[in-house]
Amino acid sequence: MKLDSMYQDVILDHYKHPHGRGLRDGDAEVHHVNPTCGDEITLRVRYEGSRIADVSYEGQGCSISQASASVLNDLLVGKELAEARKIQGTFLELMHSKGQLEPDDAMEEVLEDAIAFAGVSKYPARVKCALLSWMAWKDATAQALGDSATKETA
Amino acid sequence: MTELPGLLTASDHRASDHRLLDEAIRKDFPILDRMIHDGKKLVYLDSAATSQKPRQVLDALNEYYERHNANVHRGVYTIAEEATALYEGARDKIAAFINAPSRDEVIFTKNASESLNLVANMLGWADEPYRVDHETEIVITEMEHHSNIVPWQLLSQRTGAKLKWFGITDDGRLDLSNIDEIITEKTKIVSFVLVSNILGTQNPVETIVRRAQEVGALVCVDASQAAPHQVLDVQALQADFVAFTGHKMAGPTGIGVLWGRQELLEDLPPFLGGGEMIETVSMHSSTYAPAPHKFEAGTPPIAQAVGLGAAVDYLTAIGMDRIAEHEHAITEYAVKRLLEVPDLRIIGPATAEDRGATISFTLGDIHPHDVGQVLDEQGIAVRVGHHCARPVCLRYGIPATTRASFYLYSTPAEVDALVEGLEHVRNFFG
Repeated sequence: MKLDSMYQDVILDHYKHPHGRGLRDGDAEVHHVNPTCGDEITLRVRYEGSRIADVSYEGQGCSISQASASVLNDLLVGKELAEARKIQGTFLELMHSKGQLEPDDAMEEVLEDAIAFAGVSKYPARVKCALLSWMAWKDATAQALGDSATKETA
Repeated sequence: MTELPGLLTASDHRASDHRLLDEAIRKDFPILDRMIHDGKKLVYLDSAATSQKPRQVLDALNEYYERHNANVHRGVYTIAEEATALYEGARDKIAAFINAPSRDEVIFTKNASESLNLVANMLGWADEPYRVDHETEIVITEMEHHSNIVPWQLLSQRTGAKLKWFGITDDGRLDLSNIDEIITEKTKIVSFVLVSNILGTQNPVETIVRRAQEVGALVCVDASQAAPHQVLDVQALQADFVAFTGHKMAGPTGIGVLWGRQELLEDLPPFLGGGEMIETVSMHSSTYAPAPHKFEAGTPPIAQAVGLGAAVDYLTAIGMDRIAEHEHAITEYAVKRLLEVPDLRIIGPATAEDRGATISFTLGDIHPHDVGQVLDEQGIAVRVGHHCARPVCLRYGIPATTRASFYLYSTPAEVDALVEGLEHVRNFFG
């Protein structure tokens, strides 16, 4: 069934048993919403130098938005900022692929569980759900690290 | 996946419900034969967002463009006269449909939002006694569509007028317990929805109009979710303005209506200026055409008005009272069946009394987006989200709802399909 390519077991697992959920100390906090459906996330980042010490979050929304935040936590905590940006860039590429991109081994290695979101990219209305926490993380990082981080991103 | 029942195999019990319309009318709506997702029949339960269009309306649009297309109120040639007659003929049809005392009280707009913005702007620029300013108050309700909130917020911000509103009770009705404190001598305009697009609630017009008249306030009724579904009689409503849109009542998009009482339309200033709305123009000043043209600047949506006229003919031929009866029967059945679904909570009146054929609900902790997505996979189209009525969601402490809404072509079998679809959703996320 087509739908199964969107609601992969990995996504449903993350939705039902989210990783790293709950707000903990952070250097910056952001609140992002998806106005079309009311998905919300409050997200904090904590850095130790350029290493991501923690990404904590609270939110409400659909399975895609909540599972995506859980996967983000898995993927980014403990990473160096440069590597985290590479992961985010790859995830964005996948989500903007409109279902046309066949993920290769290299991509799978970078994205791990996040590769399960490939099916979501076929549903334009749901791509925003999947990206909500990633945009929040980018915004929080810019706030936590100041201008230098923003410039590097640009 | 669970197999869904065939749509036209209503049980004897349902088929014998004399209130239901003959399912043969579904043949008038070509889109209802559409198959999606590998052979699943479309179950369209989003008529509150926009209705489907019968062949008769599609034909009227085609016929207009193929045989009569010209600009209106200008040319002296044959097809220009025909176009004008068709456009103005549509105005006559709508005037009759809403029992307007005069055809000149029917203003064509592009949708209900524009109609409501037009009223707000008439009052913002008006002289006494209609003028809305910092010493006056505007009254709306918490269950309005954003289109009946934001224009009044803008007017309030621009004039300094105070914006007040009625709240909602736990069971989805307007809380009018403090009506004398909300509508006061300072109130200039009370604008409220006749049937809520999210809760389905049918509001008690008479109580609100009586109080507004006591204090000399104008009354504007948003009838977007009423005009398609029930007899709409603007004289019986005793309102001053009534707004609705064409695309929810079997007409095309791009056409809306504002009805206003004639003496008000004569007194109130125009909002949009341009061609069509003038009498004479010099470089220093202009004088204006009488209503309704005073409020119809520029080339109007001609084909769309003609299409709406055809839609009104279609609905009238069936009978608005019969359509209302059909929808009431469907709503009764849907409320009963939905309440059988475990963890389902109706947001709004949980009975079929004084409510329209729009039912919002939550399903346990499953987010409406997920509900809608899994239903879509079974061919069932529902609306998910805050339905442009976010304050209602805030009122009930929920981020969004799933909404099923019915129309004259909806069937009990489609209600059954929805209920089975929801079972599937529960299993999927359970």
